[in-house]
Amino acid sequence: MLEIAIKGSRNYWLWIVLLLAVMGAGAITYIDQFTNGLMTTGMSRDVSWGFYIANFTFLVGVAAGGVMVVIPYYLHDYEKFHRITILGEFLAVAALVMCLLFIIVDLGQPTRMLNVLLYPSPKSMLFYDMLVLNGYLFLNIIIGWKVLEAERNQVEPPMWTKPLIYLSIPFAIGIHTVTAYLYCGLPGRGYWLTAVLAPRFLASAFAAGPAFLIILCYIIRKFTKFDPGWDAMQTLAKIVCWAIIANLFFFVCECFVVFYSGIPSHMAHLQYLLFGYHGYHALVPWMWSGFILMTLGAIFLIIPKLRNNKTLLPITCAMIFIGAWIDKGLGMISGGFVPSPLHHVTEYAPTGKEIMITLAVYATGFLVLTILYKLATTIKEEVRG
Amino acid sequence: MMKKSRRSFLKVAGIAAIGLGAAPAMTFAASDSHGAAQAVKGKNQEALSAHRWGMVIDTSKLNEEVAKNITEACHRNHNVPDFNHEVDEEKYPNTRPTNPKQEIKWIWEEHFNYAFPDMEDEFLVEKFKHLGFPVTCNHCKNAPCVQACPTQATFKREDGIVLMDFHRCIGCRFCMAACPYGARSFNFRDPRPFIAETVPEFPTRSKGVVEKCNLCAERLAKGQMPHCVEASEGAIVVGDLEDPESEVRVLLNENYSIRRKQSLGTEPSVYYVV
Repeated sequence: MLEIAIKGSRNYWLWIVLLLAVMGAGAITYIDQFTNGLMTTGMSRDVSWGFYIANFTFLVGVAAGGVMVVIPYYLHDYEKFHRITILGEFLAVAALVMCLLFIIVDLGQPTRMLNVLLYPSPKSMLFYDMLVLNGYLFLNIIIGWKVLEAERNQVEPPMWTKPLIYLSIPFAIGIHTVTAYLYCGLPGRGYWLTAVLAPRFLASAFAAGPAFLIILCYIIRKFTKFDPGWDAMQTLAKIVCWAIIANLFFFVCECFVVFYSGIPSHMAHLQYLLFGYHGYHALVPWMWSGFILMTLGAIFLIIPKLRNNKTLLPITCAMIFIGAWIDKGLGMISGGFVPSPLHHVTEYAPTGKEIMITLAVYATGFLVLTILYKLATTIKEEVRG
Repeated sequence: MMKKSRRSFLKVAGIAAIGLGAAPAMTFAASDSHGAAQAVKGKNQEALSAHRWGMVIDTSKLNEEVAKNITEACHRNHNVPDFNHEVDEEKYPNTRPTNPKQEIKWIWEEHFNYAFPDMEDEFLVEKFKHLGFPVTCNHCKNAPCVQACPTQATFKREDGIVLMDFHRCIGCRFCMAACPYGARSFNFRDPRPFIAETVPEFPTRSKGVVEKCNLCAERLAKGQMPHCVEASEGAIVVGDLEDPESEVRVLLNENYSIRRKQSLGTEPSVYYVV
């Protein structure tokens, strides 16, 4: 099937070249980071995880969000999702590729990364995260590929894909739950030490993933002859709507507990993020923008007239996607480290090099996504024609 | 046919069961001889040992001078880089400027409100308002960093010391997120240009690995007390927390002491007599 990916229009190739250029620039920057160490980043003794881990966390959510098309189609036989299920699965593949790359670029000694397999440590949450992330990646590659191949040959997918599909559902929930457990099981980090972290992660994932999928559907409609179907996009929009409301609700719950109980080690982080702390407030405008974007997005999706508006829907989805990225990407990781366990305030901002490498990882993900979507849409066009 | 195969299965199962039963006895025999051999090879005669190593810091004996000496002795002897050190341009050409936020610390001073943030008090006793409290790795009984490490590069010895294998560490920094005491530092860069004089008794580290206080395990093994103890003029005592006769236990019996963030349940092994 891969041969489809090397036949494309001029615009297709321009896009591919652009992605490769960004990847190349990132690779050169990474060589510098690899040789000189993570000193090239804005991370510090106090804020020991930064942009890489933040984007990793966010993208695990995007990957898990793919399950929001798998569940209705495979568990409830919701026919309208038939055409977009593969898009959800391939989005998960691309997102997971980025997740794994973000972990690798964040390591101080990347050449030793297989130590995680050589010395498996079942007490470490990172061990389980590695298992579920790789498991979910392979499940989605196998399922997506086999189902698409069957569609191309106009036969039923092999029977053995069914159990794998059912297995991929708990795996999707699992990847984001375990990713939340990385953070919420640490005794000294008040911002993360909350049982609502995993549910909140899932809620924002089930909003950000499908919101991005809707945007991708628009792009597919514009650039290919394949139509994912307006009804399917509308159902997705409803899923995004309730998921983002759940995310905001969980956040309100968190704020209530933290501010009403007034326990300083929990409160200080939210104070820093929302109002500034001891004169430091780098993230305050970001956080409020994030919540305003998510709230407005939720309102636009609840009101049927606005949700049905074909011009407004992609904008709403972009607002929710960016809002969720700020909440989870920017705020969640930095916010957990500021103030430090000793209540010192060290602020964090990514450096240019860090941003370049981040962009290159995204470019790699988009390259994978472009190729996989090219296959999917071309085959679906063929079959219909 | 069916019967025969079942019988042969039972036979195999029986042999396997005997094997399983014998296994513990065999490992016992093996470990016995192995253990003896190891004791001869590994244990130094004058090595200091304990059931659980602990540290007691007598705050009444602290002053600026002593605290400075403690940090100095520890950092110099463990090849901890000092970012203020002037780099030898000939040996390390084109060294990039340092970022003080990325510094390495094993033991350092903090004011009371930072060392004990959960005990912050506006009416804190006057003598503590300006005193620097030495803070370091607590060698916790329930160490969150040991639990978090995905490669067991951070591990807990039977005698309670939390150690690190600098060659196994992948630099994921999960342990730094896990530590509630900020005791860990990451080598954001090659530390060697910033070591004034390399001490050959202790390894230097490479970039990309985490490090922290090791309670001078290398000195205890030679029958010597940690550097901080020697530099502290009696302010720091290290000994066996599980031995009621030990000096640390006597100190803890006779004085009121506190530990950092006791409510977290990590059970720090570093006590502060106040």
